[in-house]
Amino acid sequence: MTTVDLPAPTLTAKDFSSDQEVRWCPGCGDYAVLKAVQSFLPDLGLRRENIVFVSGIGCSSRFPYYLDTYGMHSIHGRAPSIATGIATAREDLSVWVVTGDGDALSIGGNHLIHALRRNVNMTILLFNNRIYGLTKGQYSPTSEVGKVTKSTPVGSLDHPFNPVSLALGAEATFVARTIDSDRKHLTAVLAAAAAHRGTSLVEIYQNCPIFNDGAFEDLKGPRAAQRLVRLEPGLEVTVDGRTWQHDPTEISPTRQFALSRMDEAEAVPIGVFRQVERPTYDDLTRSQAADAVADRGRGRLQDLLDSGDTWTVPGPSATPDPTDFQEEPCPS
Amino acid sequence: MASTVTELDRVVIRFAGDSGDGMQLTGDRFTQEAAVFGNDLSTLPNFPAEIRAPQGTIPGVSSFQLHFANYDILTPGDRPDVLVAMNPAALKANLADLPRGATIIVDTHDFTRRNLDKVGYDANPLEDDSLAEFAVHALDLTGLSVEAVKEFGLSRKDAARSKNMFALGLVSWLYGRDVAGSEEHLAAKFAGRPTIRDANVAALRAGWNFGETTETFAVSYVVKPAPVAAGRYRNITGNTALSYGLVAAGELSGLPVLLGAYPITPASDILHELSKHKNFGIATFQAEDEIAAIGAAVGASFAGTLGVTATSGPGVALKSEAMGLAVMTELPLVVVDVQRGGPSTGLPTKTEQSDLLQALHGRNGESPMPVIAAQSPTDCFAAAIEAARIAITYRTPVMLLSDGYLANGSEPWAIPDVAGLPRIEPGFATEPNHDKGDGTTDFWPYLRDVETLARPWAVPGTPGLEHRIGGLEKAGTVETGHGNISYDPDNHDRMVRLRQEKVRRIADSLPPLEVDDPSGEAEVLVIGWGSTYGPIGAACRRVRAAGHRVAQVHLRHLNPFPNDLGEILRRYDRVVCPEMNLGQLSRLLRAEYLVDVRPITTVRGLPFGAEALSADLLAHVTETPEPTA
Repeated sequence: MTTVDLPAPTLTAKDFSSDQEVRWCPGCGDYAVLKAVQSFLPDLGLRRENIVFVSGIGCSSRFPYYLDTYGMHSIHGRAPSIATGIATAREDLSVWVVTGDGDALSIGGNHLIHALRRNVNMTILLFNNRIYGLTKGQYSPTSEVGKVTKSTPVGSLDHPFNPVSLALGAEATFVARTIDSDRKHLTAVLAAAAAHRGTSLVEIYQNCPIFNDGAFEDLKGPRAAQRLVRLEPGLEVTVDGRTWQHDPTEISPTRQFALSRMDEAEAVPIGVFRQVERPTYDDLTRSQAADAVADRGRGRLQDLLDSGDTWTVPGPSATPDPTDFQEEPCPS
Repeated sequence: MASTVTELDRVVIRFAGDSGDGMQLTGDRFTQEAAVFGNDLSTLPNFPAEIRAPQGTIPGVSSFQLHFANYDILTPGDRPDVLVAMNPAALKANLADLPRGATIIVDTHDFTRRNLDKVGYDANPLEDDSLAEFAVHALDLTGLSVEAVKEFGLSRKDAARSKNMFALGLVSWLYGRDVAGSEEHLAAKFAGRPTIRDANVAALRAGWNFGETTETFAVSYVVKPAPVAAGRYRNITGNTALSYGLVAAGELSGLPVLLGAYPITPASDILHELSKHKNFGIATFQAEDEIAAIGAAVGASFAGTLGVTATSGPGVALKSEAMGLAVMTELPLVVVDVQRGGPSTGLPTKTEQSDLLQALHGRNGESPMPVIAAQSPTDCFAAAIEAARIAITYRTPVMLLSDGYLANGSEPWAIPDVAGLPRIEPGFATEPNHDKGDGTTDFWPYLRDVETLARPWAVPGTPGLEHRIGGLEKAGTVETGHGNISYDPDNHDRMVRLRQEKVRRIADSLPPLEVDDPSGEAEVLVIGWGSTYGPIGAACRRVRAAGHRVAQVHLRHLNPFPNDLGEILRRYDRVVCPEMNLGQLSRLLRAEYLVDVRPITTVRGLPFGAEALSADLLAHVTETPEPTA
């Protein structure tokens, strides 16, 4: 989130709702996330005009249209690069990326990992429904092996990404997971992500009632208690027979990574896996610019143009006669 | 000893050697000497894509050609009067370009059996009469250099590397050039390595003294300064001038500049140059790929910065979708395409003009983008400012075309007075612009200026102007400027035409074209765009020198075309269009104006030669019209 601390007027969730009709399918998990975001944005103490939501392409990428902030619904997979430009250009903005499993991990996978390693000041909400919704139901890079879809009638062949593992591998400074069906947890995790300076990645398990209904059903309701591991600092966790107290601020990502690799059939950790401090790319860019001004002064264009080996032709000018050229005639 | 001094109007020198022989530096230094002396000049570096191709082979030859004169010249010259060849490969690769009687200065050191075999010389050309028609100076430049730097205790290999400076000293003497500037340059370049610095300076002086004291050269030459307008000058390459133009655009508009770029030949020097100027409010972002580079530029523009991305043809292909987004969201953006030989990876270090149709049409949908081109290395400065003016004024991505020849070639530049450069007004939106009819107002991001059709540019941080833009079609005509998503058929039809009309109206801001026709009675018009300006101008001069009439017009704006272009084309009996592609502009002109434009094309990775082009033009100029039935 931004460091610029402006006295913000008291706003409510309604102030963050645009006049556009929300057009997701009935029962879509996106509604819950939108509600949660609209309800906690006022608590960030930011002015509405200093918030920018950028999205790519996909169902969830319609998100910016429904928020009364600045926003851009961009092109498939490229939202992190656009957000990088915004964050690098402006210190005073809170920049958010809304993306899905196809947008972030398939067509935009390259931009995602590079944003994470650079640690650009942005909060990435990765809606993971493990399916392609907008193109009507093909398997995604997070679909389980053997997924039968329109494009894979006898089952998908490729091994899925685990977004949290991927983000930790890319040395992200903030990595978390939450679920659309738990409003309280969702809100708490998003607020923590927003408070982090640097790239925050939040994987949000999100149900697609049309093309992948029930993908996270076991993580809801009464059965949830058996598998959900709600990560908190100091929580005792056991993975592969080794036990330790979870510490998201631990610099080495090894144990955080081990948590992300737990067998999903047995345990699904949610909450903040990792939260460490590292200078952000955009702050460092501004810092280099400030150093350049401190060292050399604000650039003067005339001085720049006049630099290098120059020579002066004294006046009055001996302007060449344009008809007096020593060019040889062409061969005829 | 004192030799005879002969005065010449102009000289073309080509330095050629192995990729690692330092020929680019040698050429660059001699260029600086000629520039500071006051000659007009034009240069053509020519090097392989490989950093170090196999030593001593033809593909590994790197050369630098310099044309300098006591008058206003337009091209780097067709045929070298002097070839400096550092090995057999350099001799063989360049020999065919030399006119009879040319001077060849050759380093004999590498003319061993093994090196001769590498390039297919059965016999040593220095020992038979195969070079009889040239004035050959066969010297052991390497041996002389090693001897000259003996006192510095360098390894033999390092000592031999100073041979390029020996050659520079010798050629500097031959043309009466002072080497003080080059000594200063070496002192600065090798400031941290005093031994290397001293050895290079010693080799440079030894080369000069060798010319002065031996009788190898009976004649030395002088090429007097060219008469030019009074003022301050420097020598500059196209890539540097273009970078300075982008810095200037930021200053003139008061906007910070963000360059997103991914390294690519021959555009990388723009990234390198701009990364030096952070104290001008310029940020450079070396992205993970071409798409991220333009993505960051689009984001920066949305945030109120001048977003720029610089690349070459393959990079433009990757950026197409993001350019479409900038067309749709109507954000200012400058896309620089330093063209090179294509298709695919093509000829990375060679020049071509084959991206014109890609620039105009290489996007999905009806996606109009203004396209402008620079015509000479120094003109890259003004072209960059013009690209920014259009982008900012009309809220549109603009394609700025340069090419490998302009990028690396150089010429003297009359340094402009900054006070005389045109201001660019960003005109950010600061207030709501739409009356809701209920006594309140709101902000419509697509409520357009009725003259330019430009939409308001409201940047994040401006209270009350929060809005969303995106790649989906929107209701954004002059009447319905709220910009909400719309799939309405009639709206889409209006929007497609409106985006086209906005770009067309840029032509209303352009000055009339200047046609160069000294006689005023030419029947043939030669039209070109981009870097062919120099060769076409030189070829037209030759046609006129032979007693014929010909007119020349050169286009800066390729989309939209200037309003008076059609009338100018129809004024002439015949229109000829030389291009370094297979006829892309001539095709556009034919389609737009139904004029029978005749293409003259070359795709050799090199600029047109003035001599050959003048012969082609002459054929059109002297053509007898077919009698009409």
